[in-house]
Amino acid sequence: MNSRLGWRKFVNAFMLTLTGLCALLSVSVLLIVLGYLGWNGWQYLTWTFLTHLPAPVGESGGGMANAIVGSAKLLLVAAVTGIPTGLLGGIYLAEFGGRTFAFLVRYSADLLNGVPSIVMGIFAYTVVVLPMHHFSALAGGLALGVMLIPVVLRSTEDFLRAVPNPLREGALALGASKWKAIATIVIPASIRAIATGALLGLARVAGETAPLLFTSFNNQFWSHGLNQPTASLPVMIYQYAISPYADWHRQAWAAGFILLMLVLIANIGARLILSRKSPAPRG
Amino acid sequence: MSTIPVSTEAQIPPRLLAPRGGLSSFLQRLRSGDEIAHLITLAFAAATVLITVLLVYELWIHSALPRQRFGWRFLVTSTWDPVFENFGALPFIFGTLVTSAVSLVLALPLGVGAAIFLAELAPPRVSQRLAFVIELLAAVPSVILGLLGIFLLVPFLRSEVEPFLKATLGFLPLFQGQIYGIGLLAASVILTIMIIPFIISISREVLLAVPVDQREAALALGATRWEATWRVVVPYAKTGIYGSIFLALARALGETMAVTMVIGNDPRISSSLFAPGYTIAAVIANEFTEATGNLYLQSLVELGLVLFLVTIIINAVARVLIVVTTRRGTGRP
Repeated sequence: MNSRLGWRKFVNAFMLTLTGLCALLSVSVLLIVLGYLGWNGWQYLTWTFLTHLPAPVGESGGGMANAIVGSAKLLLVAAVTGIPTGLLGGIYLAEFGGRTFAFLVRYSADLLNGVPSIVMGIFAYTVVVLPMHHFSALAGGLALGVMLIPVVLRSTEDFLRAVPNPLREGALALGASKWKAIATIVIPASIRAIATGALLGLARVAGETAPLLFTSFNNQFWSHGLNQPTASLPVMIYQYAISPYADWHRQAWAAGFILLMLVLIANIGARLILSRKSPAPRG
Repeated sequence: MSTIPVSTEAQIPPRLLAPRGGLSSFLQRLRSGDEIAHLITLAFAAATVLITVLLVYELWIHSALPRQRFGWRFLVTSTWDPVFENFGALPFIFGTLVTSAVSLVLALPLGVGAAIFLAELAPPRVSQRLAFVIELLAAVPSVILGLLGIFLLVPFLRSEVEPFLKATLGFLPLFQGQIYGIGLLAASVILTIMIIPFIISISREVLLAVPVDQREAALALGATRWEATWRVVVPYAKTGIYGSIFLALARALGETMAVTMVIGNDPRISSSLFAPGYTIAAVIANEFTEATGNLYLQSLVELGLVLFLVTIIINAVARVLIVVTTRRGTGRP
């Protein structure tokens, strides 16, 4: 009997240690990613890299200034199209939504959220690139914008629902109309959280490569306006990483470093903002 | 008889009166702005639905040619010949399924183990911190994992892991043949890294939603911590854990960049995990801009359609499973 108990205690300790190791291993993967990328990226990050155009194929030197600006442009298009749609759709779901139609909207958002990013690229290609007959920043930005909609929509809905009902009732009791109550009381009460949700969404699409491959394509030079093929950091990293040139590999590391830092800063910042002033208690 | 004018109706602003049906009520609400706000937000909500419908429509319309030409044969033949315009998707479907399956086999024990540690053993503070670190891992862009895959993982697999596997498990057809480094195994490992955060964070939530009295009852009956977890808590949360697996599977099937960079991009069907392969997402990424003929391009779109349909079905299953479990768990006091 005693040996049976000893065995059970051994299994207990063994398995619990094993789960701890699993957690340790998973966390250490992130540390390896950060450490290796940080080490390589920081080393190759130079002022030239940030301010110069790519060098011609085969020559070393040059930078990715056009890709940095291009990424910003794509994100701007994505933000201008995706955030308002998601925001207003989220307000509809939280404040006006009926039963059947709201279900349909939520279901569509979940569906959009699950669409593989490469398929989103095909979608933007058929809708924007085919009619326009050429690759453009607009097409890439719209692909990212569509990916942004479900993220912003669901986070806006969640945060608006977290605003306590007495606030709405108080506003209505004072004679405000419903939209006034929403615009002046409910949204300001949760604006910080909603903005953070949008920021997280932007950080997520900022690293997307697949939807850009055949929408905004790539460009070795500056692109003007939204109507031309445009370089972006993720696509540059991809093309430089699979190239045979050592100098391009170094630049891919530097670009990866910048991209990862932006994404991580956005995520950690969002976390800090949300935990400092948590929206009103749920339920 | 003097009549006192009763005019309460006139003093109360019309919008505060009980809602009346019909056009006049609609006009009143329109005047106060409510109906306008309602219609504007409704329009944007409807836009979300329309975009989804348009997405399906575009994929369907732009894959008409190969559907007519090849029919179901598209999915089961393995010739991919752009020159003679003969397209079969089998090697890509094979590569997608194999890499996803292997990554699930690797990620499942690791992820569920880590989730058990975070939900059952670690102090809440530590658990939250570690869960956040794991969320950060989910936020790493896939192209960056691909970069590390090319320069860190592939050389490591080529010089250490694959020779070791060949020496010890070489009798299995899975671990035979030429060692390249790049190939199905490299893609699977990268996918494992990408899907583990999903399995951990959802399994953790589902485990945390299991009522405390379930644990206490098991412990009171004399179970060890592990027995209480493994025989009571985990079975209780089983459905939700399955949900996390399906969600991870949907991610793995649709993942493009990291896989494209390390899988070797060779449309062949091989029993060895060391061999290069190809996935649906990877072939779309590589060949879409080079596709010359209409049939070629539309065949790639049809691959996208296949990927889309499979992932939305798996996503739907995942969502139902997760909702069912968390609802059952938190529904009890």
